[in-house]
Amino acid sequence: MIRAVLLACALAVIWPGSHASAHQASTAFLRLGLEGTTITGQWDVALRDLDLALGLDADGDGALRYGELRARREDVAAYLLPRLELRADGSACPIEAGDLAVDAHAGTGYAVLFMRARCAREPKSLDIAYDLLFALDAQHRGIARVTTRAGERALVFAAGSRAQTLSVSEGERLPRLAAFVREGVQHIFAGLDHVIFLLTLLLPAVLVAEQGRLQGAPRLWPALSRVLAVVTSFTLAHSLTLSAAALGVIALPSRLVESGIALSVLFAALGNLWPRAQRRPARIAFAFGLVHGLGFATALADLGLGVGGRVAALIGFNVGVELGQLAIVAVFVPLAWLGRESWLYQRVALGGGSLVAAGLAVFWLTERSL
Amino acid sequence: MSQVRQGSRGRATGLVRAALAAAALAASAPAAAPYVPESDDVVLERVGGPQDPELRRLAHARRNVLDNPSELEPALTFARSAIELGRQRSDPRLMGQAEAALAPFVRVPEPALETRVLQATLLQNRHEFSLALNMLEPVFAQAPHHPQAWLTRAVIELVQGDPSASRASCTHLFGRVDALVAITCVGQASARAGRSRESYDAMRRALDGASEAPVSERKWSLIELGEIAARRGDSRAAEEHLRAALALDSDDAGTRVALADFLLDERRFAEARALIDAATPSDGALLRRALAQRALDDPDWQASARDLEARFAEARLRGAALHEREEARFALHLRDDPARAAELARANFATQREPADARILLEAALAARDRTSAQPALEWLAHTQLEDVRLAVLAAELAAIE
Repeated sequence: MIRAVLLACALAVIWPGSHASAHQASTAFLRLGLEGTTITGQWDVALRDLDLALGLDADGDGALRYGELRARREDVAAYLLPRLELRADGSACPIEAGDLAVDAHAGTGYAVLFMRARCAREPKSLDIAYDLLFALDAQHRGIARVTTRAGERALVFAAGSRAQTLSVSEGERLPRLAAFVREGVQHIFAGLDHVIFLLTLLLPAVLVAEQGRLQGAPRLWPALSRVLAVVTSFTLAHSLTLSAAALGVIALPSRLVESGIALSVLFAALGNLWPRAQRRPARIAFAFGLVHGLGFATALADLGLGVGGRVAALIGFNVGVELGQLAIVAVFVPLAWLGRESWLYQRVALGGGSLVAAGLAVFWLTERSL
Repeated sequence: MSQVRQGSRGRATGLVRAALAAAALAASAPAAAPYVPESDDVVLERVGGPQDPELRRLAHARRNVLDNPSELEPALTFARSAIELGRQRSDPRLMGQAEAALAPFVRVPEPALETRVLQATLLQNRHEFSLALNMLEPVFAQAPHHPQAWLTRAVIELVQGDPSASRASCTHLFGRVDALVAITCVGQASARAGRSRESYDAMRRALDGASEAPVSERKWSLIELGEIAARRGDSRAAEEHLRAALALDSDDAGTRVALADFLLDERRFAEARALIDAATPSDGALLRRALAQRALDDPDWQASARDLEARFAEARLRGAALHEREEARFALHLRDDPARAAELARANFATQREPADARILLEAALAARDRTSAQPALEWLAHTQLEDVRLAVLAAELAAIE
């Protein structure tokens, strides 16, 4: 018996490029944001899928027009809403339909239904049951982004996983914050230029000039207050610009910022080599701290954050930077105080150290401005 | 950026990885903001209609399924047409619809043979190769000569990189299907097992004597002939065959992509770009277009690359690993990231071993100067004795490393 086989069926996998079009696979996008007892939502469903389920092309001409969709707004909402179920700690949060808009995603037309759900109480866990289209398209996927106070989570609903539970407890927030604190600490130590700038400014703090000659400061408290003034000014300034840059208020090209940081090291080092030039280290710390803050912002931006986690990240990262800075000061001050009278400190550490810092700064400056 | 700062970034791996996953997610979300069109007449999407009789026929078949939900025959008819059209148009939605129609009949304790064969096809299409073979197993017990089942199995074995097993499966087709199909099946397997000249000649003779055969069968034969000719370094014959295949069915997305790959290899980038511009923008087609655009210094290539990136991210979220070959090419040629490309190509080669899978692995490993990564492909080449002039050059270049 000679039979015709379905070549197309059998060869579906073998012909080049024939399977590579996931964007045309049925995918819906669901965004949910939980705040207090209210959940706001946005559900993007492909028009081809809605047409399959509801027959939207009223005049049957093959072109689905906005008017045809708008006329069926109630039907669209009535079709979609029962297919999504939200529960706060087990009790249902009834969903209401809002406006209907449209969007395009990778060249595919989407209907966008806005929604709002109210829960009886603020949930500790949120159950999401999603049952759209699986009976019509076994490979449909619902990709959900859920924002709660615990952060943003991505969930994928498929024929085999139609219900998922999301924990909304604060517990998840801490490790995330801790991760940013750690990043901040690491950044301060890895970014050698910040440490060197700070140390260069602090080196003279335990010394006083007596008739043009440097000698160890006689009393601890004035020295400590000079250290405190430098550190506080630096912190204040870089927190200011870090926040402003991270929140998008200011933006400078990173090459300019990096060069500015190198320049700050050079300036601080030269100030030590010609002591007359540098009377107010706290002011220098503040002025250049502004530039360093912009540099921190670049590092924070490199971590690629979404808007949702930005403030938590900013706080965590900044705390990390301060902790790292505090650790440096905690090691530096006792050593400097004990060694302040020695030739080693006054000549090698201050003079030699500043010279090395200046050299490094020149190197960075040429490297970064090229 | 300074050395210092790069150091600090190196340490940020865990968090960066998490943030990158979130960024990929953001990229996969609807890009533009939702809007309300100004006029009711704005066309939002094309959904078949009178200009698309095939889709209308399919809608009719679907109505039949909905009207007779407990009957198997309408579901099989719909699934068959949906799969055929889905493949022709590179439209995975139609595959998903076929699967949904079959689902109630697959879930029963003993699915019908035809149900099993079609479900196996769908599983194979999703690269669920072992599930597909399991689905077919009972078919061979009950109907030892079921041609569709043997053909599906032969294709899976070939994609898994086992041409001798594939060849053995193909022999079950003789006398049960058109000679052209049986000979092409055996020929494409043998051609990957060190017998490309004999296979090519036999396939050509079969094609010459089968001018009455259905378009789909001649198209398959021509594409295979084109690829064998290209592997043997006969560009002229390869182009002739691929163009003849496209002339038979200019709507076929797979044929177009095959020809585009050939033109890219020949460094005829402008022709490759023009060919793809006239096609439906599947991910596969978009990748070839981006490759051609970059080679031509067309500033649009970056937009194409970003589009592809979003699509790969979406595919990953959907849980589909069937893009690894394409994504490896993307990483290597559009993102200049050989290490990532080698990683993807190696993961891909673990499940899928066609000449193109070996090629991207060798290319990526060579670019990354990492011979170890290429080892599975080199061993496979030695084992199967695949003849391919480009792969031979790549293997030699890899051997020259160190």
